[in-house]
Amino acid sequence: MNYPVIRGAAYALIHAPNLLLAQGSTQTMERAKHPDSEYLSKLPQHLRSFEAAVNYAPNQAYIGNLLPDELNNIAKPWYDNPIEGSTQGKFGEIMDETLFYALIKISDSFDLVMLEQSFTEELKARLASHPLFAHQASLLKDGDDLADIEKRIREHGAQELHMDGKLVGCIKRAHDWDVNLNSHTMLENLVVKASGVLALKNLIAKNGISADEIEYIIECSEEACGDVNQRGGGNFAKSIGEVCACTNATGSDLRGFCAAPAHALVQAAALVQAGIYKNVAVVAGGATAKLGMNGKDHVAKGMPALEDMLGGFAVLIGENDGVNPIIRTDVVGRHNIGRGSAPQAVIEALVTDPLDKVGMKITDIDKYSVEMQNPEITVPAGAGDVPTANYKMIAALGVKRGDIERQQLADFVKEHGMPGFAPTQGHIPSGAPFIGHARDLMLAGNMQRVMIIGKGSLFLGRMTNLFDGVSFVIEANTGKVSATAGDTDAVKKVVAEAMRQVAQSLLEEE
Amino acid sequence: MDLENQARIKELAEKHGPENLVVILGGAEAEASGLAAETVSNGDPTYAGPLSGVQLGLPAYHIFEDAIKSLVDPQVYDDQISMMEMVLDVDEIIKEVSTYREQYRKF
Repeated sequence: MNYPVIRGAAYALIHAPNLLLAQGSTQTMERAKHPDSEYLSKLPQHLRSFEAAVNYAPNQAYIGNLLPDELNNIAKPWYDNPIEGSTQGKFGEIMDETLFYALIKISDSFDLVMLEQSFTEELKARLASHPLFAHQASLLKDGDDLADIEKRIREHGAQELHMDGKLVGCIKRAHDWDVNLNSHTMLENLVVKASGVLALKNLIAKNGISADEIEYIIECSEEACGDVNQRGGGNFAKSIGEVCACTNATGSDLRGFCAAPAHALVQAAALVQAGIYKNVAVVAGGATAKLGMNGKDHVAKGMPALEDMLGGFAVLIGENDGVNPIIRTDVVGRHNIGRGSAPQAVIEALVTDPLDKVGMKITDIDKYSVEMQNPEITVPAGAGDVPTANYKMIAALGVKRGDIERQQLADFVKEHGMPGFAPTQGHIPSGAPFIGHARDLMLAGNMQRVMIIGKGSLFLGRMTNLFDGVSFVIEANTGKVSATAGDTDAVKKVVAEAMRQVAQSLLEEE
Repeated sequence: MDLENQARIKELAEKHGPENLVVILGGAEAEASGLAAETVSNGDPTYAGPLSGVQLGLPAYHIFEDAIKSLVDPQVYDDQISMMEMVLDVDEIIKEVSTYREQYRKF
C-alpha cells in the first residue's frame, strides 16, 4: 500500500491575557452574574508576563524546543521553574498579544477591526520586522481615531481590544441584528482565523513547503462561522489559505469537538492516498472562550492563570516520498456508534481494535499521543492528570488482554507515555501536539511507531450522549515506495485478461 | 458538580421524594467525587448551582463501593468498570464519598 506521509507539522502559541480577561467564557459569565466578584477583582494579579509565558517549559515543548519527556527533568511546578525559552521554535513560534492584534487586523476582510492610529504605527514597525508577515504590513492601513473607536463600542456594541490597561481598538459587529455576526462571534472567529494563519505560515516556512503546492485545507477547530441562515456555513479553511497565499487550494471545515484533528488527519490521509489531492493541510486555530476556563481554581490556589495561551497547529499530508513518516491508513481506530461509552469500550475501539487488525501488541507502539493537556492546568481544577489517566487505561487494557503483566503497568505508563504539555484549548491538545516531535524522532531513526488518539465529548453540543474518538498510527518510512497508480493499472489489466480467458475456457468446456 | 445535573437531581427528588433516591457516582477522581456526594446531600458548596443551600440529604455511593458493585452482574462489571478500577485510586475515592455520605445523609 502506498501510504501518505507527514511532510511537516507546525505549532503556534499566542499569549493573550487581555483576551482572557475580556473574552474568556468563565470571565464573561462571571461578569454577567457577579460583576463585583472576588474572582474578577483578583484575576488580574494572577496574569503572567509574556516573558514568563515564553520561559514556561510546556510552551517550549509545544513549539518544538524541548521533548515532552524532558519535562520530567524539570522541577514542578513548572511555572515556578522557568527555563530559558525562545519565541522561535523548531516547529513554530510564540507570539505576544500586541503583534497578534496586527494579525487579527490583516486577517480581517470586512473592515471589522479598528485599531488606534498610534498603536497601528507601532504595529506596522513590528510587523515589518517579522519574517513571515513583513510583506503584509501595509494591510494594517492607517488606523482609526480613538474617538471613533469609543463611539463604535458605546453605540454599536463593538468588542474592546485592550493593551497595557489602554483601549487600543475594537472589533465591530458584522450585522445589526444577526446573532451569528455579532461582535463577540466575529472576534472569536477572527481569532480562529488569525491563529490558524500563524500556524499555517509557520508550516510553510519551516518545512520547505511552497504555499502553492497545497491543494486542499481542512480546518478543524471548535468555532463556527456563518450567518443567521447557516450558523456553521464556513469556511475558515479557505479564508486561512487566502491569507497564506495558498492560491491552488480549496478547503472546508471539519468539526468533531476535541476529536476533530484526528478525524481531519485521517481524512487528509485518505484524500492523498486516493490520489484526489497531492498535498492536504490540516489546520486549527485557537479558542478565545477557553482562555482562563479554570481560572477560578487557579486563582483560589494562588497560581498564575495558566490558561492564557491561544493555540494553533498545522500538519501537511503528502504523497509517499520514501523519507517522511507514513500514516498507516490500515491501522485506524474509530469509536463506532454501537460501541457504548464506557472507558473500557472506548480504549478498545481506539487502541486495541486497530492494532489487532494488523497483529500488533500495545507494546509495539513506542509512544501514544493522547489528550496532551498540561496537568499543571487541569489537576488544580479537579480534572486530574489527563494524559496519565489515558496511559493507565491503555496499560490496564493491556493487562486484561495479557499484553503486559500487572506489575509492568507503571513502567508502561513511563515508557509509552509522556507528560502533558499542551494548553487546554480543547482540540489543540488532542493527539496532534506530538506529531512534530514524532516526525523529527522518526526522521532521525530514533522512533518507529506512534499512535495519535483524538477523543471528543459530544454531549456538550446536546445532540447526543455518545462519546467519540478516532486514532491512527504514524510509522517511520522504510524508504520503499510501492507501485505507482500506473503500474497498478497495468497489473489490474493483466489480471482482468487472465480472468476473461478462464471464463472463456469454462464456457467452452460447457 | 455540573449545574444541569444538579437541576436534574433536584427535580427527581421533588418528583419521587428524596427518601426514594440513591445517587450512584462514576467520578474518576476523589475530590470531585466527594464534591458531588456533598452537593447531593448538604447542598452545592460552591454556591453556583440549583442545589445551593438545598440539603436533599441523598446518600451517594461510588460504583466501586461493594454495596453497589455486588448488585451488578459480574460480567457487565468486568466489561464496563474493571479496567477503570485498575487505573483509579479506588480507596481514596471511596473514602472521600463515604465521608460526605455518612456526614450528611438523611435517609
